[in-house]
This record gives sequence, structure tokens and C-alpha cells, in this order.
Amino acid sequence: MAINCDAVWRDSSDYIDGTLAPDLRAAMDAHIKDCRRCAPVVSGLRNIVTLYGDERMAEVPAGFSQRLQRRIEANMPPARRSFFGWAYAVAASLLVAGAIDLSRSSSGEPPIRSKHARRAVKPLPPDLPVVVSKNGKLFHLAKCTFILNRRTSRTILASEATQQGFTPCTRCLNQYL
Amino acid sequence: MPENRAETAHEAELIQRVRSGDRDLFYELIRPYERRVYAAALAIVKNESDAEDVAQEAILKAFRHLAQFRGEAKFSTWLLQITVNEARMRRRRITAHAMESINDQQDDREDYQPREFADWHEIPSETLERREVRDALIDALASLGEKYRSVFVLRDIQHLSIEETAKVLDISTASVKTRLLRARLMLRDLFSPGLDGHWSSKLAFAKGSKPWQ
Repeated sequence: MAINCDAVWRDSSDYIDGTLAPDLRAAMDAHIKDCRRCAPVVSGLRNIVTLYGDERMAEVPAGFSQRLQRRIEANMPPARRSFFGWAYAVAASLLVAGAIDLSRSSSGEPPIRSKHARRAVKPLPPDLPVVVSKNGKLFHLAKCTFILNRRTSRTILASEATQQGFTPCTRCLNQYL
Repeated sequence: MPENRAETAHEAELIQRVRSGDRDLFYELIRPYERRVYAAALAIVKNESDAEDVAQEAILKAFRHLAQFRGEAKFSTWLLQITVNEARMRRRRITAHAMESINDQQDDREDYQPREFADWHEIPSETLERREVRDALIDALASLGEKYRSVFVLRDIQHLSIEETAKVLDISTASVKTRLLRARLMLRDLFSPGLDGHWSSKLAFAKGSKPWQ
């Protein structure tokens, strides 16, 4: 199937998101390979998605969390619970204590590099090879397009990366978050 | 965000506990989403201090209306819907008499012709080390009309799915896709390496306005 430049541009977003049907994808690949107009469009779009998708583009202002917490506290009416409310809360806290402990960082874990990142909640294979790089805060699979500063990247094991305070990339290791 | 069952169950438990009076747990409930709430607010109001205020208001509103959350949508989607509504109300107040940005007037036509210029050779994530590049990205994004910016921020910066983005903004998935493509193409046009190797957003009209900084 041959397609023209207009069709390539129309589907370029789905193309870089990898959501096209295989035959259309193959037709796009073939067109882009030989088209001097479309190749820079598609690579430019891919660069845009990579750049804005970087964790550094999603920072909140300094002190945001603290101000939010203060505002929440200031706006909460004093808690008044019925007896059943208390009984429920006690029972529920016993039931979920285990679950919360799992998701919270226990005191034995190293501090994480990014104050916004989250630790893996599903067990990561400790011997999984992952990529970290200079100034990076996350670890990635080698194929990930969101590796920061790739020239300085090095491969270590997931267990070492976790020990060193790196957290899993939200794109390539999302299955563990 | 809770993509797996254990996390979702933990979240449902937290919601239940906050509802039955354990209010101290509310911050723990919303903590994983505070960045998204802020980014969604900023995408619409375009000003950092307004965005922070909108984010706080939306989160307080979620607390007050937690009893109405039925669990049919994800909690994160519900929270972002409240945020988007709150931000739109704020924006209406701010820009009641101001002109809308030019590209907000445009419809979702698909006959857009990308500008032609040279390919990028630099590895993108390395360019982010440079302040000028981040500034140019921020400028370019701020210059988009709200309907493009909000879709782009939720999808490409906050990594929501097409379906979640549609739900949060209350538009169809087809509109999300069209606007996303358009936003990406516009950003590519606005932001590109110049012939001299310097990066700049090619904006004549957005000088001095960098709400993302």
C-alpha cells in the first residue's frame, strides 16, 4: 500500500505512539524512509514528545507540597467521629496496616534521588539489567527513548539501581509502578 | 499512579477511611497526584500562582465531595476533572474581557501543513541540560491555545492515556487525537534548532510571558 505525505502527517501522531495497524505502519515506514519532507516532520514530532515527556518538564514549584498540606490542614473541620466511626477506623487500620507498610518506604531503604518519583510497588527482578546516567534520577530499560544524557549512561542491575536511590522510569518500567 | 490491583485496593481503602473520618489520611490519598493536578491547572490558567491556588482549591473540593465519588471512574480521573473545571472557572474570571489566543479560534481542521526545515541531529534529552532549551519549550507550550495545551499536557507531559485525557476534558477520543496531533505539530514548528545551532521558540508575540518558568 502506497500513501502520500498528507496521509503520513495525518497519522504521524499515532505512528510515533505505536498505535497504528501493522500494514499502515509498514506503509508509513516505507514512505518516510524515502521522503525528504516527511522524515524531518516525524523525527521532529518524536523529539517533541521525548523532550516534553522528560521528568524535568513536570516539576512543581518549590514548596508546593508543604503549602498544599498546610492549606488542607487549615481547611479541615475538627474531626468528630461516632463510636462506629472510631470502631471502623480501628478495624480498617488493622486490616490495611500491612498494605500501607508495603507501599511506604521503610526506614531500611535508601533515600530516592527524585522527590517526585515513586518506588516500584511490584517486585522488580533484582538481576534485571537497567540503564542509569549522569544527573539522572530514574533507571530505564536499554530500549527506552527517555534516557537522559545517554552518552554518560551505564548498565547496572535493578537491585543496584534501587540501592543507589534511582527509581523506575514511568514509561518503560510502568508495569512495576 | 495505581496501575495495579494492590495499589488500587490500597487507594479504595484510603478513600473509605477518609470518608469515615480518618481525615489525616487525605493527603496520603492525593499525594501521588499533586503534580498532575498542578500541571492540569497550569495548562489552563497559564500562571504559576493561579495554578497553585487552583490546584489547592480543587484538592479541597475533592475532599469536601469525596462522598460523591462513586468509584466508576478512576480516582485520578475524577480529581483531574474537578481540577479542570476549577481552572476553567478561574480562567473565565481572569480573561472575561481579554482576547482569546489566536489559535484557540481555530477549529480542529486536519489540513495543516507542517513547515519544512532541517532535521534535528542532536539527541533530544541531552539538549534539556541547557536552560535556553527548557525556556524555549516553556515559551512554545505557553503560546498554544488552551484546547491544544490542555490535551498535550495531560497526554504528553503527564502521560495519561487518550481515553483518560478525553474523560478529564469531557471531549471525545477523536478530538483528543486531532488536538494532540495538532499540538505536537505546532510545537515542532515553534521549537526547532536554528541554522546557527541556537535553540529558540519562534515566537514574536509571547515575549516576556513565561508562565512555565
